[in-house]
Amino acid sequence: MSEVIDRPLRDDEKPAASRLRIVDCDVHPSLRSTDDLNEFLPKRWQQHLREYGSHLRTPYLFTTPYPRSSPLIARRDAWPPTGGVPGSDLAFMQKQHLDPLDVEFGILQVLDLFIFSQQNLEFGAAIQRAINDWQLAFWSHRDPRLKASILVGQDGVDLAIAEIDRCAKTGEYIQINVSPRANEPLGRRRYWPIYERAQELDLPLGIHVGGYGGHAPTGGGWPSYYVEEHQSNAHTIAAQLASLVIEGVPERFPKLKIVFIEGGFGWIPSAVWRMDQHFERFRSEVPHLKRKPSEYVREHFWFTTQPIDEPDEARHLRSLIEWVGIDRLLFSSDYPHWDFDDPRFAFKTPLTEAERRKIFSTNARAVYKF
Amino acid sequence: MARHIVARTSEIPPGGNKVVDVAGRDIVVFHVNGEFFALLNRCPHEGAPLEKAACVARLTSPEPGVYERSRVGEMLRCPWHGWEFDMRNGQSWFDPKRFKIRSYPVAVERGDELQKGPYVAETFPVHVEDSYVIVEV
Ligand code: FES
Repeated sequence: MSEVIDRPLRDDEKPAASRLRIVDCDVHPSLRSTDDLNEFLPKRWQQHLREYGSHLRTPYLFTTPYPRSSPLIARRDAWPPTGGVPGSDLAFMQKQHLDPLDVEFGILQVLDLFIFSQQNLEFGAAIQRAINDWQLAFWSHRDPRLKASILVGQDGVDLAIAEIDRCAKTGEYIQINVSPRANEPLGRRRYWPIYERAQELDLPLGIHVGGYGGHAPTGGGWPSYYVEEHQSNAHTIAAQLASLVIEGVPERFPKLKIVFIEGGFGWIPSAVWRMDQHFERFRSEVPHLKRKPSEYVREHFWFTTQPIDEPDEARHLRSLIEWVGIDRLLFSSDYPHWDFDDPRFAFKTPLTEAERRKIFSTNARAVYKF
Repeated sequence: MARHIVARTSEIPPGGNKVVDVAGRDIVVFHVNGEFFALLNRCPHEGAPLEKAACVARLTSPEPGVYERSRVGEMLRCPWHGWEFDMRNGQSWFDPKRFKIRSYPVAVERGDELQKGPYVAETFPVHVEDSYVIVEV
C-alpha cells in the first residue's frame, strides 16, 4: 500500500465540501510574447533568440512537423477576448477555467519555446531559467492556486543541477520537470545526478510528454499524420517508464516520485504485465533489480488522467482504472488545449465519492504535499 | 411547444451564430447558406460550448490522396475534441447511435405574418418589414 491510499482524510476533504475542489495537474500557461522574458533573460540570449529563434530537434524551423488539430493546439473557445494566445491571459484563465471548475491548485506546465528541445545547452539553460522566473512573476505570484515547476534540460546535467538548486532555495516550486525525449532514454546513468537531487529535495520529477527529441516520435519511424503521431505519446512514455524502471532508477533512489503527465493511462496494465513477465525470464540480465517492475511502478510512479481513453463500455474504463490503481491517478485537464478534459464529464464510468476524491484531489495533494 | 422569436434574420450573418436563452435553455442559432439551425449550445461529449464550433464541410475520401468536400458549412466541428455533427438534425457523424445534439425546429417568417400569431418575442418589437428567426421549444 502506498502513502497515498493510507493518507487519512482531513475534515475539509469530506465529500460534501470537496465534491468539485480539484487539483489540476496540467494547465498550460503561454507567453504573450517572448518580450515577457526580457526581464529574466540576459541581453546576450535575448539577441540570440531574436536572431536564431528557438529550435526543435527536427529539420523544421519555427514549426512542428505535423499540422495540429487546431491553431496552437488550443480549444477554439480559449482565445482570450483581450487578444493574445490561449493560456496567456490570467484573468481569462481564471474566468474560464479556475473559477468555474473550482480548481484548488493548478500545476503549470510550460511548453513555450520548445524548452526541452534546445540543442545549444547554454541557450536552453538560459531559456529554462527565464521561464522558471516568469512562472512565478506572471502566474504563481498573481494567483497562488497556480504552482510552478522547475524546468531543466537533462542533457546538460551540471546546468540542470545549478538551476534546480537556485529555484529550490525559494521554496516556491513543487516539482522538477525534465524532458520526455532527451538524447538518451531517461533511465541512463548520465541523468542520475538530477534524480538524486530530486530525491534529496523531496521534489517529484514531472515528465510532460510531447515535443520532439530528435528521434522519430515512434519506434517505427516518422508517421504521416498528426493523428498517428499523437498516438506516439503513449509509446514514448511507455518506453521511458521501462527505461527508468529497468535501468534501476527507483531501485537506486527509493524515495524518488515520478509523475508522467499527458500520457494517459490506458497503456499501463499491459506495459507492466509485460515487464513483470520478462523480468521473471531475464532476471539474470538485470540483477540490480531487487523487485518486480510492477512493484516499482506502484510505489514510485503516478500518471495524470488526460487524454482519457474512452472505451465503448463504461465498465472497461472502470477495470482499467482498477488495474492501474485508483491511487496512481492524478486528474489533469490540459487546459487550454484541444483535447482538454472537463472534470465533470471526462470519467464516463461510475466512481464512488471516495474514489473521485482521490483522483481529483487527494492523490495529487499527497504527491505534491499541498 | 411555443414559438419564440429569437433574432432578426439580418442579425446573424452567413456562417455566424447567435446564442439565445429560450425558456431557460442555452440555444445557439446558426446561419448557413441562407438557412437557420437551432441546437442546444452544449456538446454531448464533454459539454463544450457549440457557439465556438467551426462550421465545416463534410470531407470524404474515396481513396488516399483524393478528398471531396460537400455540404460546405453544414457540419459542426466541436471546439474541443473535434467531434463532428450534422447541423440539420444534431446527428453525430462520429458515433451516431450514441450521441446527438438536441436540435429545435426553426422557421423564418416575415414581420407582417408574425403579428397575427401567438408568438413569444424575446427582446424585439416586431416590424412588419423585417424577417425573423423563430425557434420552437
Ligand atoms: S466536448 Fe465536444 S467533442 Fe468533446
